[in-house]
Amino acid sequence: MQKGGFNFDLYQRNVELIEKNNYKVPKTTKTGTTIVGVVFSDGVVLGADTRATSGPIVADPNCEKIHKISDYIWCAGAGTAADTENTTGMISLQLELLSLSTGRSPRVRTALTLLKNFLFRYHGYISAALVLGGVDFTGPHLHMIHPHGSTSTLPYISMGSGSLAAMAVLETGYNSKMGEEDAKSLVHQAILSGILNDLGSGGNVDLCVIKHKSMEFFRNVDTTNSKRKFRKKLPYMFKSGSTKILEKEIEEKMRKMEIVNEKESQIEELEEL
Amino acid sequence: MQPKKKTLRPIVTGSSVLGIKYKDGVILASDTLGSYGSLARFRDIRRIVPITKHTVIGGTGEFSDFQEITKILRQKIIENQELVESGKEEDELLPSEIHSYLSRVLYGRRNKFNPLWNDVVVAGFEKGKVHMGTVDLWGSYFEDDIIATGYGTYFALPLMRKAYKKDMERDKALEVLRDCLTVLFYRDCRTINRYVFAEITKEGVNITDPVEIETKWEIADWQEGKL
Repeated sequence: MQKGGFNFDLYQRNVELIEKNNYKVPKTTKTGTTIVGVVFSDGVVLGADTRATSGPIVADPNCEKIHKISDYIWCAGAGTAADTENTTGMISLQLELLSLSTGRSPRVRTALTLLKNFLFRYHGYISAALVLGGVDFTGPHLHMIHPHGSTSTLPYISMGSGSLAAMAVLETGYNSKMGEEDAKSLVHQAILSGILNDLGSGGNVDLCVIKHKSMEFFRNVDTTNSKRKFRKKLPYMFKSGSTKILEKEIEEKMRKMEIVNEKESQIEELEEL
Repeated sequence: MQPKKKTLRPIVTGSSVLGIKYKDGVILASDTLGSYGSLARFRDIRRIVPITKHTVIGGTGEFSDFQEITKILRQKIIENQELVESGKEEDELLPSEIHSYLSRVLYGRRNKFNPLWNDVVVAGFEKGKVHMGTVDLWGSYFEDDIIATGYGTYFALPLMRKAYKKDMERDKALEVLRDCLTVLFYRDCRTINRYVFAEITKEGVNITDPVEIETKWEIADWQEGKL
């Protein structure tokens, strides 16, 4: 019995479906993304755009690509949306259980190892390219994780389809003595470069600043790119009285009761029993 | 059976060519490398060449096809010169005419499935204004104030779009080009740190000798986990 790893049972069937039956393979929702991470003097800044694409169509113009792994460890994800969300979600749960059983606050290195070991087992079939950043008791950390399971530790990182446009900005703007405001501005400009120059990226800019025992999430810090602002998510809530009443009609549903037989109540007898 | 005599794939290749308009003219830039796959084979080739007194072309892609394009255009200039001398033509071919002619040549080759495997930048001065544009191996013709070919479209174009302002100063234009060339040296494997700049103003064409640009490597001192 096969334990763990990828189940290839349906591989043959899928190949035949595509070749013989002209089966149209459903498109995955990719995040076609620009994600960026930068280390500064007090911590790390993560940035992401907010466009999720399904082929050439924008599936979600304002999605959240920066996922929480733990309070001060966050992860931006590029690639297939389902893969990034579920992988980061899983490792977040594992990390919580681990920190409870060890009695220690979680480390970024632990999240890194859990993620890379998981992705390596699937040999790149789980299309999740991640920028993992956080501050734990050993200091600030920033890592990039590729779908095949390789990792790099660098002071500035960009991933996704817009990574080249973002990296151009990072290479010209980065210096090792940056403070918080400089780093935020650099990440913002890098994401903006991806949004403006890469067709797979778009929407708004999300920023996440992590310092020692502090995390600030700036959702939609720059909305100049989306003329339509999506304020409320479904279901819509309307104030009572907002729909005008044009006509009133009252129908009596219950006939008046006719007393046919009077009987004394038998409740007292039951109570004695 | 006859062997295939059509271009299958590029062999000796040149990387990006960048171009930016400024107040008094236009500047093109490229490195001087001819790659043989992953081998840095020819370290001193000229991928930006003058065609007339007021026009230059720069080429990305197969270097032998770029040499062929240079030959074709220079031949056209000679033909035109003969017509000028005999009074049948007014004057030297303009950059926009050269650009247009080249686009027809490349499109014709593409239609025969035997392309000249290049992305060519044509730039020059005509009637007091700068003309700059690009034509590629499929025959796509395009004009703009900022041009980049090859990997330059991914790395340099975002930076140039941010920095470009109409009628910018010469120093600013050179600074933008140097920043872009440096980023390309960091991130494009098929480049070397040896560049040529071609400046075209109403005075004419001036192509510099190869220069090196300073690069930052302080990232080597960076250590993880240190605040």
